[in-house]
Amino acid sequence: MARMSMIEAIRSAMEVSMAEDERVVVFGEDVGYFGGVFRCTQGLQQKYGVARCFDTPINESGIVGAAIGMAAYGLRPCVEIQFVDYMYPAYDQIVSEAARIRYRSAGQFTCPIVIRMPTGGGIFGGQTHSQSPEALFTHVAGLKTVVPSNPQDAKGLLIAAIEDPDPVIFLEPKRLYNGPFDGHHDRPVTPWSTHPLGEVPDGHFTVRLGEAVVRRPGKAVTVLAYGTMVHVAEAAAEEAGVDAEVIDLRTLLPLDLETVATSVKKTRRCVVIHEATLTSGFGAELVALVQEECFWHLEAPIMRVAGYDTPYPHAQEWAYFPGPRRVAEALVATMEA
Amino acid sequence: MGVDSDDMNEKTAASLSFQVPEPEVRPGETPDFSHVQIPRAGSVPRPPVDVEPSEIRDLAYSIIRVLNRQGEAVGPWAGGLDEEELREGLRHMMTLRAFDARMLTAQRQGKTSFYMQHMGEEAVSCAFRRALEPGDMNFPTYRQAGLLIAGDYPMVEMMNQIFSNEADPLKGRQLPVLYSAREHGFFSVSGNLATQFIQAVGWAMASAISRDTRIAAGWIGDGSTAESDFHAGLVFASTYRAPVVLNIVNNQWAISTFQGIARGGSGTFAARGLGFGIPALRVDGNDYLAVHAVAKWAVERARRNLGPTLIEHVTYRVGAHSTSDDPSAYRPKTESDAWPLGDPIIRLKNHLVAIGAWSEERHKQAEAEIMDKVIGAQREAESRGTLHSGGQPSARDLFEGVYATMPPHLRRQRQKAGF
Ligand SMILES: Cc1ncc(C[n+]2csc(CCOP(=O)(O)OP(=O)(O)O)c2C)c(N)n1
Ligand SMILES: [Mg+2]
Repeated sequence: MARMSMIEAIRSAMEVSMAEDERVVVFGEDVGYFGGVFRCTQGLQQKYGVARCFDTPINESGIVGAAIGMAAYGLRPCVEIQFVDYMYPAYDQIVSEAARIRYRSAGQFTCPIVIRMPTGGGIFGGQTHSQSPEALFTHVAGLKTVVPSNPQDAKGLLIAAIEDPDPVIFLEPKRLYNGPFDGHHDRPVTPWSTHPLGEVPDGHFTVRLGEAVVRRPGKAVTVLAYGTMVHVAEAAAEEAGVDAEVIDLRTLLPLDLETVATSVKKTRRCVVIHEATLTSGFGAELVALVQEECFWHLEAPIMRVAGYDTPYPHAQEWAYFPGPRRVAEALVATMEA
Repeated sequence: MGVDSDDMNEKTAASLSFQVPEPEVRPGETPDFSHVQIPRAGSVPRPPVDVEPSEIRDLAYSIIRVLNRQGEAVGPWAGGLDEEELREGLRHMMTLRAFDARMLTAQRQGKTSFYMQHMGEEAVSCAFRRALEPGDMNFPTYRQAGLLIAGDYPMVEMMNQIFSNEADPLKGRQLPVLYSAREHGFFSVSGNLATQFIQAVGWAMASAISRDTRIAAGWIGDGSTAESDFHAGLVFASTYRAPVVLNIVNNQWAISTFQGIARGGSGTFAARGLGFGIPALRVDGNDYLAVHAVAKWAVERARRNLGPTLIEHVTYRVGAHSTSDDPSAYRPKTESDAWPLGDPIIRLKNHLVAIGAWSEERHKQAEAEIMDKVIGAQREAESRGTLHSGGQPSARDLFEGVYATMPPHLRRQRQKAGF
């Protein structure tokens, strides 16, 4: 075990994968010599050479398209898009190509690629460094979508993603890179070294895709969250004094519906939260599934707390961010419903 | 035959190797720009604006320069600006540099979240702006604030945007320096690279469709030319002979990535235009007179309905990419000192002194006056608030302007939020 930040854990995952499997290659903008603008790939080029970790031209469509071609050849590319806000030029390659190659070629060609992308807000990045577009991926048949909330999971999930036979969208909540963040932006930043989930196993280890985990056990209401919002949910439960069970979904697709339904059937209440905009967000899918599975167990309408349906603002970041106060209000409202 | 094919098998069996371009030097090594071929000032001919693009393919591989080492303006591209215009150009560049210095400090003091400077590249946007007419439209990147400064856009407004304060013309919505100033011919800057390049072409096509006289200018960095939207811009401009000037600002770096990664096997960025039949010129981007002369040439072509021009401004990003960047991790610390095209402000200043239109004393005095003006503007802007203190844009504003009319679901969200 070692204490790691999320950046170090992600780097460690790539390092382990590259050491064990020479088909694993890593590339993206500023990823090679410099080691990425968030330093996730630092040292990989030095260790494994420019043929396995390299800088690319600034062309996201090119990055993903090249990864698909390499995967068709038999490599296992793990590429970085500098911010998920810059994936749109690659969306055609992701949706029309990566997601469907196995299906359309009847398995002659497959696409075992990982696309790593920093996601979410909380860094005053304005509308092009703050988005949470996970629903644009979960809506696409053929993609898996993963959002870790801590260093330990980040490493285990990333290794699992690299070893997965299908394309995996790996969204890294950038506000969590250097420490857990519960939405209280006015409090001092705490590093991962003081958090139990900053303990990361050495060497190879995986967290299976499609397995959620109960982060905080409780009896009164189930909170479904992922990424940064897991920490926000934990803080909100404390502050509202509500005995909430917080589930960290970890993988959005495939979804661990069993863990979700078991919890909701127990608590009989459910609040779904995400940073992403509300309308047609992944929360809508969760609400639909929970009511399909648990309708006769529910004692209150399922509630959502999400980003407002506007572009992500700059100055009004904390008015926009669905922080602990808004989540706590929803918890209380659900209990009173 | 059989023997031959055996031979061939042996040849094809030799294994391939993967090739990645590398910069000449890395941190710790001695800066080396000997690979940058620099023609003598005044040596590149000036063709007529209605020249056949195929006749000036050389210009995509050369560098048009006007100011020589002695500070003289020489050759066929010289002579377009009078003394007063040159002094004004110098003041614009000095203003931009002072503005940058103050805003970098303000960022360090926490008055804003982020800033991007122009150090070393001031001539490009400042000189280009003076070749345009009122009504023309720029589609800039984040590194062309000289278009605003040289277009007499109030500095206070720029600072209000940078501070995201209550007077921010963009209501706190945008990242600092992603200005928008329609009345000053400055399209809203996007955080997504290259998108503006094809939009500039579209604006120019619209002007032609509407039988207007206005033209557009597109802007892009060397690194961003790799984006597909750059190529979309070129093909549309080429097909419709759009009245647009397409500017590539080659400042040698794209964050940590040297220009060779985006340029690939193409000799120069300007050469990208040749395959599209677009006249392509390279210009010394640190030479105010050369930038202005080339801009004028291209603007005239567009205005006379002769179609697009591609300009590669050869310059150097002296500062960090942004306040989030530290270039010492990827290039030698002294690389900017070794840059062979010098500093645009010093070069224009020396020229003005050489022709007797300026002096050390006047320069010092101008420096002080300019700094006073910038500080005055900053004081005014700060009185309306900075990112974390004083006047703020209202949280209510967050919901405005997503649509022309706020739809019911947003109205509900705002109500519930209590703003
Ligand atoms: C579509 C997209 N991809 C990536 C980025 C991240 N990014 C911002 S600036 C930059 C480098 C751009 O370099 P260049 O085009 O040379 O312009 P310069 O900064 O040198 O002026 C990158 C990769 C982005 N903003 N948008
Ligand atoms: Mg550049």
